[in-house]
Amino acid sequence: MNFIDNPGKLRGFEKNVKVEKVSRRNILKGLGITGGFVLAAPVMSRQALAYETGAGKMPHGVVVDPRVFVAVAPDGIVTILAHRSEMGTGVRTSLPLIVAEEMEADWSRVKVQQAPGDEVKFGNQDTDGSRSTRHYLIPMRQIGASARTMLEQAAAKRWGVPATEVKAVNHEIVHSASGRKLGYGELAADAAKESVPSVEGLKLKDAKDFRYLGKGQISTVDLHDITTGKARYGADVRLPGMKYAVIARPPVTGGKLVSFDPDAALKVPGVEKVIQARGWPWPSKFQPLGGVAVIARNTGAAIKGRDALKLVWDDGANGKYDSVAYRKELEEASRKPGLVLRKEGDADAALKGADKVIVGEYYLPHLAHASMEPPVAVADVKGDKAEIWAPVQSPGGTREDVAKTLGIPEGNVTVNVTLLGGGFGRKSKCDFALEAALLSKELGSPVKVQWTREDDVRHDFLHTVSVERIEAGLDKSGKVIAWRHRSVAPTIASTFAAGAKNQAPFELGMGLVDMPFEIANISCENPEAAAFTRIGWFRSVSNIPRAFAVQSMVGEIAHATGRDQKDMLLELIGTPRIVKPAVKDLWNYGEPYDSYPIDTARLRKVVELVAEKGEWGRQVPKGHGLGIAVHRSFVSYIATVVEVAVDDKGKLTVPRVDTAIDCGTYVNPERIMSQIEGAAIMGLSLAKYGEISFKDGKVEQKNFDDFQVVRIDESPAVTNVYIVPPGPDTPPSGAGEPGVPPFAPALMNAIFAATGKRIRSLPLGKQLEA
Amino acid sequence: MIKLKINGQEQSWDGDPDLPLIWFLRDEAGLTGTKFGCGQALCGSCTVIVDKEAVRSCVTSINDVAGREVTTIEGLHPTGDHPVQKAWRQVNVPQCGFCQAGQIMQAAALLMENPKPSHEQIREEMSGNICRCGCYQRIEAAVHLASTGV
Repeated sequence: MNFIDNPGKLRGFEKNVKVEKVSRRNILKGLGITGGFVLAAPVMSRQALAYETGAGKMPHGVVVDPRVFVAVAPDGIVTILAHRSEMGTGVRTSLPLIVAEEMEADWSRVKVQQAPGDEVKFGNQDTDGSRSTRHYLIPMRQIGASARTMLEQAAAKRWGVPATEVKAVNHEIVHSASGRKLGYGELAADAAKESVPSVEGLKLKDAKDFRYLGKGQISTVDLHDITTGKARYGADVRLPGMKYAVIARPPVTGGKLVSFDPDAALKVPGVEKVIQARGWPWPSKFQPLGGVAVIARNTGAAIKGRDALKLVWDDGANGKYDSVAYRKELEEASRKPGLVLRKEGDADAALKGADKVIVGEYYLPHLAHASMEPPVAVADVKGDKAEIWAPVQSPGGTREDVAKTLGIPEGNVTVNVTLLGGGFGRKSKCDFALEAALLSKELGSPVKVQWTREDDVRHDFLHTVSVERIEAGLDKSGKVIAWRHRSVAPTIASTFAAGAKNQAPFELGMGLVDMPFEIANISCENPEAAAFTRIGWFRSVSNIPRAFAVQSMVGEIAHATGRDQKDMLLELIGTPRIVKPAVKDLWNYGEPYDSYPIDTARLRKVVELVAEKGEWGRQVPKGHGLGIAVHRSFVSYIATVVEVAVDDKGKLTVPRVDTAIDCGTYVNPERIMSQIEGAAIMGLSLAKYGEISFKDGKVEQKNFDDFQVVRIDESPAVTNVYIVPPGPDTPPSGAGEPGVPPFAPALMNAIFAATGKRIRSLPLGKQLEA
Repeated sequence: MIKLKINGQEQSWDGDPDLPLIWFLRDEAGLTGTKFGCGQALCGSCTVIVDKEAVRSCVTSINDVAGREVTTIEGLHPTGDHPVQKAWRQVNVPQCGFCQAGQIMQAAALLMENPKPSHEQIREEMSGNICRCGCYQRIEAAVHLASTGV
């Protein structure tokens, strides 16, 4: 049976749902950004599902149809489609593994095939927001269970026995009463004729019968190819007659080309053409910046040709962007009242009447994603048809944007998803694919657009830059009675709509208005901040500055009141409870609050677990210190303990990291550990080095020499990860992003313990050497 | 005409002698296992072995390797079972995997020169190779495993 080629009717599952929650693709309702109506499965009935997720409210919702995702060949090979993008989290393995589990397929006889971008067919494909497992655990189980049921029905018919008497066991249907067996391959053709069972009637496997889920014993499907150089990333696509291009883009966001002289570039051996590349004014979502493209027979010639170009730019309105001056503006804004988003009690009065007020003003600069694979895309546009090969996190969004940019119907665009050499949110923006599509159309041949590392660092959709100012008021006994947090940072919304100065609900919901401490008087405010460059999602997004500020402040209060950091943290978290949302329409990562409330018992649990396993309070040598931090993000709970050592010259090493994560029901604990290990490295990188700065509107950094990231010789000697075992029916939650936010504040709390120096400004740089 | 051997096969090039080796490998010879990460010998993604030494193919011109023997990830072992490759799989090192060919070539060159490196030496010798996913703990473990027998 070939389910893949026979998508059949999906309408039975669907209903129209208005977009209420935002995705990273269409974030702003009512600002001219596409959205409108989406088709969504009604998601699952309560009997099949102990919880609901926000999956149905994502663009195009969820498709639960085995004929779309599963194919069984006569030789028994089961092909399962992966419709989400693989950027290192293991999703290309784990979602098909869920189907195989529920289908009773033998994993050694399963092939995974990557789906192209087609959200009407596959449902939402935006691989971001740490959503894949949490939105697809149950749908993938249902797909597997449907396929299994169809195979069982086919076997029962063949044998003339009731379907209740047969059972799927490891790639076969078995009739135990008669001892008969039929392999999946033998049943494929008949099973394809069976009707798809209703979702409501499906019987899912009992968790105790799982062979794969939760075990962590299956390696990723690409592991062998990665170790042998066969794995295919965006840059590895080669087409007959394909040209190689690099583009010189305006050095300032919103700048324009005035003139260019191609002569010297055209003399470079291998360079074939130099043409103007179309650009859009800033801001315009993910549309290309434009500039001048050099087309050559290989990438090396194109780069050399670009170096020889003579270019004159008009820098435009953002030519004055200066990070030193901008930081002062943010700091000043943070010292004045801003838009009040959350108000409980009277923080102003409580701060005035407090016995002691502790103020922390924390600065976190722009960050570049710097995925190891710089942006790259191949396009082949012929007439009104376009085919793209690209490492995109949002293949459906890419398809929409390519169609719009070229002015052709979406159905004429094929987006093939390669492996992503890292994503971290950068590859949610498909500008590089649009560049390739436009160039291919103009050249009349396939073309690969390769970004150099310099292009990547200078023309990124950067992580925001922020000042987070917290004032904590204490009474005579040292109890925190007031908390005012002002967050000032240019918003991602500014990339979609000119002039946006207040943060969007999804940014505010990342550790600001959802701050879980039990304090009587709270005020959360957002003073305005204008953007002067492209701001975008970076792994864990606004949780980075928020966790840094809040968890550093906990360390500051502990110090001021002479208490242990962990005890202080637990006191502030307060009683185990379900927190009543303090704001209307709390974003909550797009999830229904009933399924995914802020549960301080779970928050406390990860603190207590990491303290126990990480031996919190242990004696450490002189010059060493321990720091702790906890944060809820992407509806998961994570706590980290960092041990740091600082020598007498201020050189820092990290002997040990311990992290506990509660991400609910999980599929592959081995990959979760890998994500958390990596998050410690990314957290250490941003804490130690991470800074993109502007002068005269231009990014001052260019490559890994001045935008440094942590290398193996400075990585933690050991990172231990502890995963909280889920309770029955605990919904799955994020694992890709949540590891990052608690790392930097835990590190700074540890540095304080080791040295007595409180670092409030990132990156650390040489601050310990002073 | 520049002649060289890549993975045991004779290859020739009569274009720009300054062409960085990485682009000859990837775009002209179709050996895409070697990855472009920085172009400035800062990240190690493009590491190949020339004779017995690990080099960054992004800053090595094709002229520099004329008459020499270049080994890329595709040629490290006929079935992909070099001890380093096996160790990498046993430890489940990669996340996105993009830097891993360079890491593996660097590790293979390290073990040719120093078959039993200490943990300190592994951290030192592998420090030219960046992994943005942060798989360092496993890289260190895999190099150690490869050196002690997989």
